[in-house]
Amino acid sequence: MSLEQLTYMFVVGSFGIYIAIAFWSRASSTQEFYVAGGGVTPLANGMATAADWMSAASFISLAGIVSFAGYDASGFIMGWTGGYVLLALLLAPYLRKFGKFTVPDFVGDRYYSSVARVVAVICVLFISFTYIAGQMRGTGIVFSRFLQVEIDTGVMIGMAVVFVYAVLGGMKGITYTQVAQYCVMIFAFTVPALFLTFSMTGHLLPQTGLGATLSNGQPVLDHLDALVTELGFASFTEGSKSNMDMFFITASLMFGTAGLPHVIVRFFTVPRVRDARISAAWALVFISLLYSTIPAVAAFGRINLIETVNGADNTGTAYEEMPQWFKKWENAGLIAWYDHNADGRTQYAAGDAFTGRQHKPIYWGTAEDKVARNFYYNQRHVINPSSGEFDPKVQPFANEIYVDPDIMVLANPEIAELPDWVIALIAAGAMAAALSTAAGLLLVIATAVSHDLIKKTIRPKITDKQELLAARLAAMVAILVAGYLGMNPPDYVAAVVALAFGLACASFFPAIIMGIFYQRMNKYGAISGMLVGLISTICYIAYFKFMGGKPSDWLLGISPEGFGALGMMLNFIVAYLVSNLTPEPPKHIQNIVQNIRVPRNTGSAYY
Amino acid sequence: MKKDINKAQQYWRRNLQIIFSYLVIWFVVSFGFGIVFVDELNQFNIFGFKLGYWFANQGSILVFCALTIAYAIRMGRLDSEFDVHE
Repeated sequence: MSLEQLTYMFVVGSFGIYIAIAFWSRASSTQEFYVAGGGVTPLANGMATAADWMSAASFISLAGIVSFAGYDASGFIMGWTGGYVLLALLLAPYLRKFGKFTVPDFVGDRYYSSVARVVAVICVLFISFTYIAGQMRGTGIVFSRFLQVEIDTGVMIGMAVVFVYAVLGGMKGITYTQVAQYCVMIFAFTVPALFLTFSMTGHLLPQTGLGATLSNGQPVLDHLDALVTELGFASFTEGSKSNMDMFFITASLMFGTAGLPHVIVRFFTVPRVRDARISAAWALVFISLLYSTIPAVAAFGRINLIETVNGADNTGTAYEEMPQWFKKWENAGLIAWYDHNADGRTQYAAGDAFTGRQHKPIYWGTAEDKVARNFYYNQRHVINPSSGEFDPKVQPFANEIYVDPDIMVLANPEIAELPDWVIALIAAGAMAAALSTAAGLLLVIATAVSHDLIKKTIRPKITDKQELLAARLAAMVAILVAGYLGMNPPDYVAAVVALAFGLACASFFPAIIMGIFYQRMNKYGAISGMLVGLISTICYIAYFKFMGGKPSDWLLGISPEGFGALGMMLNFIVAYLVSNLTPEPPKHIQNIVQNIRVPRNTGSAYY
Repeated sequence: MKKDINKAQQYWRRNLQIIFSYLVIWFVVSFGFGIVFVDELNQFNIFGFKLGYWFANQGSILVFCALTIAYAIRMGRLDSEFDVHE
């Protein structure tokens, strides 16, 4: 069977399974639609949480980012796992005891205010839409790869599939689909990683293989450090970001993880408080299985990429001799080559091969167009090459290659010449990652609109059936908006997602923590805190990402991705001051706070 | 009734102590070893890794897993001890 056929078989087969599961476990009441009836076992919930959590960004982009940024990207690895410690210790057990459907539910009830609830709904919508745009983009990238279609068409196919099972199945359908998706995803990510590690080092585990020695007798990381510094890049294991910036980026990702509504709601689906703690631990273990292999995949991928493009003697490889994957990705618009020194050979080094915003290539014509190809070597024409100048003291030649970081995981098995079925498996896994997260987010958006906005704020008298219908309609509208954002993304996948974290970190995390651990916190403090956190973070990110603010003007050297942690501190300070200047919360609210701190008498999630 | 309130407060205080001690470990391995002291730790080499790099990319994840598992077990016991388990 050809690679195309295998890929089709794996992807269509896995879609079939998801839709069958969704049909079998479709939701018939709002309770099932919102929290799967509250009867999910901790193990299943741990798996579902892991799938919900590990998005297109984790599966597709992260290894790519780590691959190109090395140590500088460790903030993602520590942040996206360390956040679960906060969830398990500070949030999950108490929110489960509180026993509501959504995060705005908690905020609205704990702060006895529909204003607080509406502010929370706005935060939820903002975070979830930012995040889901990245997922849709990820789906598009996978489709563009294996169906050889444009990214936009891929986004639309992804929208259709998510639509079927999220709208039909609700939380109940999503939970069991996510269990299946986790299995597909972890298998698809670790099998190629094992192959790759074994073929390069003889070790079985990527976690130890990264510290092993290559066939040339050099330790993997030393070899990689030597390779990249010779080409003018920063050292792989040391990086170039300031400690301060790293600290804030890691903190934003960590606290943001703990404040993400679609992750928090997963803990409403287990029966008891102790199950919430246990399933948080399971979730982290399942997540770590994937995350701890990422640095190895990234390092091996970078070594292979450099050695393929620059050849064994480090002078470049003739374009005609480049392997098939290089040309495939070029056709998909994610790799480009401009022959700066006109020697017909590809060369990869530090610096940008192309000019303009983000230094991405702009192709002339389409991939199919013969006229749009270079006369000599038949590569795609690119109209925005950089000057091709370089400093001969730091690198041997100018960089001629653009590689989109998003393709690292998808192309890795091909670069390492692994068997076809492994490559096909990756496509199915990447789809599982993008779809499971998109579905979880859609559910949160739908719930925020139907439950928090319509049922709890605008029209409290609607029936269960009408509310369910509203939830399904809201999910449909959300898919359309998400699709549009996926086709017109503000930055590449993981960067978009990083913004969602900043917002979650600056708005929800403090409001929830103080709601549990600080009995004196009242509605005035919580609302003003959330607004200050949200607005300051949005302004900072908007100014530096979209309005041309320069990195030299960063406050304390903190990049926009790291500002969420500072927004969170502002939130805490403002909330504390305001609440101490205003009356303390009513007695019955203080009793609720006392009550959620003790596990006994957990009801099922109720209105 | 008064006794119950005292007991609940005691339970809460014990819980906060556990949370605090675990969060100290959480902070030290990630922000401490992985970021602030990374250059110092990179002087040491274990199993082919620079130690600081290893904490940032592998070690912290292992410790995080251990912390959440330990917390679930520890709190399960504390719940029974104070008779507040479900």
